[in-house]
Amino acid sequence: MKRNIPLAICLLFGIVMMVQFFVPHPASVAFYDLTTKWVRIVGAFALVLGTGSLVLYHVDKLQRRRPGWYYSIVTLAAAAITTVIGLGWGVKPGRPLQDVIFTSFLVPLNASMFAILAFYMASAAYRAFRARTREAALLLVAAFIVMLGMVPIGAAIWGKLPDIAEWVLSVPNMAAKRAILFGVALGGIATALKVILGIERGWLGGGKQ
Amino acid sequence: MISLLILLLAAGQIAPPDTGPAVPAPPAPPAAVRAFDTPNDAGKSITLRWSADTLARSLLIERTGPDSTTIIATTEPGETGYLDEQVMDRVRYTYRIAAVGDGDTVWSASTAEVSSTPQLFNTNRINILIAMVIFFVMVIYFIETAKRGRSLFVRRIAGLDAVEEAVGRATEMGRPIVYVPGLGSVADIATIASLNILGEVAKKTAQYDSALLVPNRDPIVYTVAREMVKESYTKAGRPDAFRNDSVFFVTDQQFAYAAAVDGLMVREKPATNFFLGMFWAESLILAETGAQTGAIQIAGTDSVFQLPFFITACDYTLIGEELYAASAYLSREPLLLGSLKGQDYGKMIILAIVVIGSALLLLSRTPSLAFFGRILDFFNVS
Repeated sequence: MKRNIPLAICLLFGIVMMVQFFVPHPASVAFYDLTTKWVRIVGAFALVLGTGSLVLYHVDKLQRRRPGWYYSIVTLAAAAITTVIGLGWGVKPGRPLQDVIFTSFLVPLNASMFAILAFYMASAAYRAFRARTREAALLLVAAFIVMLGMVPIGAAIWGKLPDIAEWVLSVPNMAAKRAILFGVALGGIATALKVILGIERGWLGGGKQ
Repeated sequence: MISLLILLLAAGQIAPPDTGPAVPAPPAPPAAVRAFDTPNDAGKSITLRWSADTLARSLLIERTGPDSTTIIATTEPGETGYLDEQVMDRVRYTYRIAAVGDGDTVWSASTAEVSSTPQLFNTNRINILIAMVIFFVMVIYFIETAKRGRSLFVRRIAGLDAVEEAVGRATEMGRPIVYVPGLGSVADIATIASLNILGEVAKKTAQYDSALLVPNRDPIVYTVAREMVKESYTKAGRPDAFRNDSVFFVTDQQFAYAAAVDGLMVREKPATNFFLGMFWAESLILAETGAQTGAIQIAGTDSVFQLPFFITACDYTLIGEELYAASAYLSREPLLLGSLKGQDYGKMIILAIVVIGSALLLLSRTPSLAFFGRILDFFNVS
């Protein structure tokens, strides 16, 4: 019962949403809007569970003095302060949550993490471009042509280099991308079908039959 | 004096009296004006079409309803169509269009009465419906074939063969396994595929008695992942080995999540990292940090933009559909393997359509064979 009801709901809604895709009638559109609202509501409930998990995980880490336990103090304190400021002063623009927590902390921290990507790219490129195999050598040559073709000095060295770089991007690269996308689309549909038909039921999790 | 004046006029020396500038011809009204219910829509929309009139300075569109007549729009003279989305369903309207010239406004004849209604089936999507039915029939056929016990060949996928080795390595080293189910929501197919793989990986970690850490970005994914890992430990006969804190929610902020997982990898020094699911810019931040900690890394995503980063920084990468095939490959469950076969035949059909479509496109360029273009239109998706 615990499994059959979710499976029946999944089958019903899977078929209904498939039919909805082909029906432009306002009732169909309204039904789609309603279900997306439900998804948001379920998400809000799950967020409570998520927050509970976060708190329990870090409290446990503190109690057991696991490696890096002091970071848990920062996490819990940040969560508590943000909650108090959000509940006490509101979340609208001009309030401390937006002006201090969001603008002065979250945005710069996110930007810093994003900026680190540039250094990781350099180290990953160094590893990828060590031409130890034929594939890596091919990658190195293709990347060299594309990178050089995309900057003015490439055209200064040889006028046809930008055209070759463009060709690499728009012909072999695009062909490979499309081949992957065909597989992804079919794989996605097949996975969805397996979930709808109840063949793939791992997402149901544990519990008695 | 008068006779002199007559002579000068006759010789053309004196201009005749000014009668004003030449009056231009009024523009012709737009021809072939027709109004019809916009097809394949949710109603409340009427489409207008007419022939272009380049002599007019602008065009006025007038709508007459049961209660009033209103100018609803002014368009450029080159336009040949207008979508009126301010109408009520099942109310009759007529339209006429005026060509506005220099001081002249010439109206076309009124269209026949037209009303809008919502449609029950989008005929533009009939090609998708046919493709979907064919694909579904194939998948179900191969699932039924697998049910009857026929063995189905599935090619070797190196990244999935390495799962066993990667879990074993973690056990030998006494270090944990980090499994990142991507940053997508549970509504994303890649996340569902990742969760299915997580179930198989969790079974192996339960059998090998390895520690498993699953940090989550989405709260719904967290709850599902937790249940799946718990069930896998039960199926493996080790429910006692499941730790409540092995699956946990971190944050829904993309880069904060990346920072937290990076910190986890640096502190815990996992023997194996799995990055399977949907990833964005954080893919390289995660994979490169993992590579620097010396872990074996198995990644997989359906995002063609993140695949190069994973291929560069990870030991094994599941490319696109391999991610979806993983749960069938790992579990070897006949029903799941059957669907893989259906996908393969689906790809064969797409390949055939691409080849035939390319040939038709080339042929349709020849004027006498232009009708092939109409066949190609059938494959357009809207």
